[in-house]
Amino acid sequence: MAASKEAGAGTFGAATLGVGAAFVLGAFLSIYIAAKTHEAAMATHATFFLLFFVFGLFALGKRHFDALERGPDPQAQDGVQYSDGVIRAGVIATLFWGIAGFAVGVLIAFQLAFPVLNFDVSWLSFGRLRPLHTSAVIFAFGGNALIATSFYAVQRTCKTRLAGDIAPWFVFWGYQLFIVLAATGYLMGVTQSKEYAEPEWYVDLWLTIVWVVYLLVFLVTLAKRREPHIYVANWFYLAFIVTIAMLHIGNNLSIPVSLLSVKSYTFFGGVQDALIQWWYGHNAVGFFLTAGFLGMMYYFVPKRAERPVYSYRLSIIHFWALIFLYIWAGPHHLHFTALPDWAQTLGMTFSIMLWMPSWGGMINGLMTLSGAWDKLRTDPVIRMLVVSIAFYGMSTFEGPVMSIKAVNSLSHYTDWTIGHVHSGALGWVGFVSFGAIYCLVPWLWRRKELYSLALVSWHFWVATLGIVLYITSMWVSGIMQGLMWRAYNDLGLLEYSFVETVEAMHPFYIIRGLGGVLFLLGALIMVYNVYRTIRGDVRQGEKLDAAPAGSGQIIATPAE
Amino acid sequence: MSTPHKDEVTGVETTGHEWDDIRELNNPLPKWWVYTFYATIVWSVAYFIFMPSWPVFWNGEWTALEGVLGYSQRGAVTEELAAIDEGRAEYMQSIAATDISKIQANPELMELAVAGGKALFGDNCAPCHGSGAQGFKGYPNLNDDNWIWGGTLEAIQTTITHGIRWELDDDTRFNMMPRFLTDGILNREEVSNVTDYVMAISGQGEMTAGAEAGAEIFGQQCVACHGETGAGNQELGAPNLTDAIWLYGGNRSDIYESIAKARAGVMPAWGGRLSDAEIKELTLYVHTLGGGQ
Repeated sequence: MAASKEAGAGTFGAATLGVGAAFVLGAFLSIYIAAKTHEAAMATHATFFLLFFVFGLFALGKRHFDALERGPDPQAQDGVQYSDGVIRAGVIATLFWGIAGFAVGVLIAFQLAFPVLNFDVSWLSFGRLRPLHTSAVIFAFGGNALIATSFYAVQRTCKTRLAGDIAPWFVFWGYQLFIVLAATGYLMGVTQSKEYAEPEWYVDLWLTIVWVVYLLVFLVTLAKRREPHIYVANWFYLAFIVTIAMLHIGNNLSIPVSLLSVKSYTFFGGVQDALIQWWYGHNAVGFFLTAGFLGMMYYFVPKRAERPVYSYRLSIIHFWALIFLYIWAGPHHLHFTALPDWAQTLGMTFSIMLWMPSWGGMINGLMTLSGAWDKLRTDPVIRMLVVSIAFYGMSTFEGPVMSIKAVNSLSHYTDWTIGHVHSGALGWVGFVSFGAIYCLVPWLWRRKELYSLALVSWHFWVATLGIVLYITSMWVSGIMQGLMWRAYNDLGLLEYSFVETVEAMHPFYIIRGLGGVLFLLGALIMVYNVYRTIRGDVRQGEKLDAAPAGSGQIIATPAE
Repeated sequence: MSTPHKDEVTGVETTGHEWDDIRELNNPLPKWWVYTFYATIVWSVAYFIFMPSWPVFWNGEWTALEGVLGYSQRGAVTEELAAIDEGRAEYMQSIAATDISKIQANPELMELAVAGGKALFGDNCAPCHGSGAQGFKGYPNLNDDNWIWGGTLEAIQTTITHGIRWELDDDTRFNMMPRFLTDGILNREEVSNVTDYVMAISGQGEMTAGAEAGAEIFGQQCVACHGETGAGNQELGAPNLTDAIWLYGGNRSDIYESIAKARAGVMPAWGGRLSDAEIKELTLYVHTLGGGQ
C-alpha cells in the first residue's frame, strides 16, 4: 500500500482492497477469539480489535465516497501538496495522551506519599498504574509526537508528499489501538512484567505490524524525495524507527500459552532474559527518547530560530558515534547483579564513551542559536526548545556518571534514578515536544501565530519550576536513601531498617508530587492555547510577531 | 540546491545544501569535544586492561579477559563479608557460647547483643510489629508488659525460634480458639450473649440479662483457656480479656467477630533462618523494650 501514488486519494485501488480484505479477516479472527476464550481480558481485547477492524472498513468506504466530492489538498509555497491531516490528528493525540500520562503520574506520585490513595481497588493500585504512566508518557505522548513530527519533517525536507495514501492513517490509528490495548491491559492486570515492554504477545504482534508500515512509509517517502541529500533530522528519525523495530522484536520473543490466552512465556531465562530486557530498555531510552527527539530538534530548532545548523561535520560524527556506542550501554542497568563482570565493564565503559556523542547533539542544537540569541528574550517557544537542549545535556552527563560502578552502588534502586529519568523525560522529551507543537499548530491549521505567546511563557515558567522541584527532591531523597541503606556501625550492623528509609523520604515524595502538579498545570495551559489557536483566536494585547514560516508551509490566511 | 553560500551573520561557509530553508554551517568539530571524546576512549581502554572485560575464545572455550587487577565482584563481596564476620567473630562466639540469662548479667556483652538485636529486628520483625515494635491490629505491641505467650527470656526465645501456629515447625506454639459460630458450636444469639459478657468483664458494658446468659456459656466454653475470671493463660496463649488491650480490636463488633470466626494469627519460625546467636540477640532486644519479665 505504501507504493500507491500521490494522486487518486480514496479510490478503490488494489491497495485499498487489500487492506479491506485484511480487515475482514482480522474481524473474523477477533470474533472467533472473543467467542472461544475463557479470559475476560482476552475477550475485551478481541472486542477492541473487532471494533477497530469494523470502523476501519467503514472509514475505507467513507473515504472512497468522500473523495468524489473533496478537492485536492492545498499547495504549500514550494508547490507540493503535503499530507497534513494525519499530522493534525497526531498533534491532538499527543496532547490528549500527554495530559492523561501526566495526570496518572501525579496520582501515583501522591500514592507513594499517601498509600491510602490506592483506594484498595486493584485497577487503581500503584502496581498497575505505574506501567500505565510510563507507557502513556513514553509511547503514547512521546510516540505520537515522534510519529507526527517525523511525518511533517520528512515531507518538508524531502519536498514530497508522504508515501502511501491510507498507510499513514493506518499507522496513526493502529498506534492508538496499541496504546488502548496496552493501557487497558495494565488496568486488568495483563502484563509480561518487562519494564517499558509490559504489553503481552498479541499487542506486541500488532505493534510490529504498525511499526513496519511506519518504517515503509518513511523509507518510501525518503526514496521519492526531490532533494539530492537526506537531511540530518531524517537520519535520526530513521535510526529511531529501525532500531525500535529490532529492539521490540528481540525483547518480546515469547511463546503464548494459546491463541485464546493473554499469557505468554518469554523465550529467554534468568540473566540472559535480564540482559535482553536491558539491552531493550536502555536503547528504548537511546533510540526512542534520544535519537527520535534529536530528529525533532534538528528540524524545529533551526526552523524556529531561522538559523543554519551549527556544524554539518559534527552532526555526522555524533550521529554515527551515538548509534554505534548506545547499543552497548544496556548492561549498566545490571551492575552488581548475576550479570558477569565483563559485561558490566562493557556497559559502563561504553556509557562513558557515549558522553561526547550525546553532547554533540547539544552543541549543535545550542550553537544553532548563534546569531539569534536575542530570540531567547522575545520568543518563549525558542526558550522552551533551548531549555530542552540544556536538560538533554544535563541528563546525558548524569547518565554516564551514574553508570560508573562506584556511583551506581550508591544510586542504583534509589530515587536518584527516578529523578534522572525525569530530568530527561520532563526537561528534554517534554519541552522539545512542547516547542515542536507550538511551531506546528499555526503551520498545520494555517494560522499566522499562536493564540498567545504570553501563555507559552506561563507554560514555560510553571513547568520549569515543576521540573526543578521534581529533580531536586529526588536527588536529595535518592542520595539520602542510598546512604541510609549502606550505613553500617562498627559491628557491621545496619544502622537503619528499610522502613526508616521510607519514612525519611516522605517529605520529598510530597515535593515531587507538587512538581508533577505544576508540570501538569503547564501542559493544561498549552492545551488551552492550542485550542484557541486552532479556533483562529488571537489574544488581546499580544505582540503580533508572525510565527516563522518557510517555503514548506502554506501561507496563513487571516483567521475567520 | 548545492550552491556555494556564506552565512551573513557569522561569515561561515555553509555546505550549500538547503532543505525547507534549513542550511548547515560548515564549522569544524569543536576541539574540546574531540579531545574529551578521545580521553573517554583512552580511559575505557585502560579500564579494559585492568578490569574483567572482553569475552574471548581461549583454549577451546568461551571465557573473558580477567584484567590485570584480578578483580571479581563475587571475590570482593566475599572479602567484605569475611571482614565483617572477623570483626564480629569474638563477640558472636561469646554470645553463642553464653547462656542467655548470663548475657543479661554481662553489661558489655549485653550492649553488643542488644545493638545486634535492634538491627535484626529492623530487617526481620519491623514489617509486622512496626519499626518501634509498637504493633498493629493483629500484630502485638512488644513494648508493654502484656504478653500472650509469656514475656520471660525463655518464652520470648521459644516464640521467636518456633513461631506461632507455624505448621512447618513441629515445636511451634499451637493452640487454636474454635470458630464458635462458623463451626456451629454456638448460634448467633449465644455468640452475641458471650460478646456482651466479655464487654462487661472488660469494663465496657453492664451485666445485662444477655450478659448473664453469656456468662453461663463462657463458663462452659471459654474458661478452659481464658480462665474463670477471663484473665487469660500464657501457657495456652489465651489473652487476658479483662484489660483494655486488644490484639484484634476491642469494640463490640471486633469481639463478636473474634468469637464467631476466631483469628488464628500466625508468626513464622525464625529458627533455621537466623542463627541461634542471632535469636539470642533478638530475644534480649525484645526483652529490653519495656515489658520483659
